[in-house]
Amino acid sequence: MIPLPFYLLLAAALFCIGLFGALARRNAIAILMGIELMLNAVNINLIAFWRYIQPAAPTWDLAGQIFALFVITLAAAEAAIALALVIAIYRSRDTVNVEEVDLMKW
Amino acid sequence: MELAIFYLFASIAIVAALGMVVLRNAVHSALSLAVVFVALAALYVLLNAPFIAAAQVMIYAGAILILFVFVIMLLSPRVDQGAGALKWQRPLAALCGLVFAVELAIVAASALLPTERGPFTPERLAEIGDVQAVGALLFTDFLLPFEITSLLLLVAMVGVIVLAKKR
Repeated sequence: MIPLPFYLLLAAALFCIGLFGALARRNAIAILMGIELMLNAVNINLIAFWRYIQPAAPTWDLAGQIFALFVITLAAAEAAIALALVIAIYRSRDTVNVEEVDLMKW
Repeated sequence: MELAIFYLFASIAIVAALGMVVLRNAVHSALSLAVVFVALAALYVLLNAPFIAAAQVMIYAGAILILFVFVIMLLSPRVDQGAGALKWQRPLAALCGLVFAVELAIVAASALLPTERGPFTPERLAEIGDVQAVGALLFTDFLLPFEITSLLLLVAMVGVIVLAKKR
């Protein structure tokens, strides 16, 4: 039997690694991968809490799995849009380095 | 036994996640991310959520990651250079991540968490049927969010086509 904090600590570690990746990388695609990792960490929490907590109402007893499913769907939509943006940026500026995409900054 | 499996896949996930962040080559990063996704799917099985585990492998490792690798191959971006205009960015990002990790660890260790597992044993899930129960819930209590999700996917699809179209 695995205590619940083990899952929460694993999720926290993965979330923070994803946060570091999203903040430290310059490649736009690598930043997106960090964001995907953070979304995954949230999913672990959802499923772990679903497994360990008693449901308030019997009809909602699988709500944790449903939420995780919605997060996966949103991650798919987000990845598709963001990668299309990366392709559009690459076409117009010939780079995926976020430091060089500063047209709106100045 | 259960604990050993948890440690195995958790350590695989964390090492692969670190590899994803540290490796300079984008293709290597993407492959490390695939390892993370599969390890997490194994943990979902351990948590008695086989449907989510299957969805994880199919959607994350199957669809999203293929999309990433496809874009990486299409653009073949140069690898991240270590020295850029923002040299202080990397230590600052590490600091942010560490502070956040410590906060989360304190909360997870001190919060009042249930020590017993809930009612969803493998026997109970076999009785109500995991996929059947999720599907029934999606089409009854969560029907509106479900339909809004289809709208969201449609908008995302149209947006991607418009954004990626050659002008």
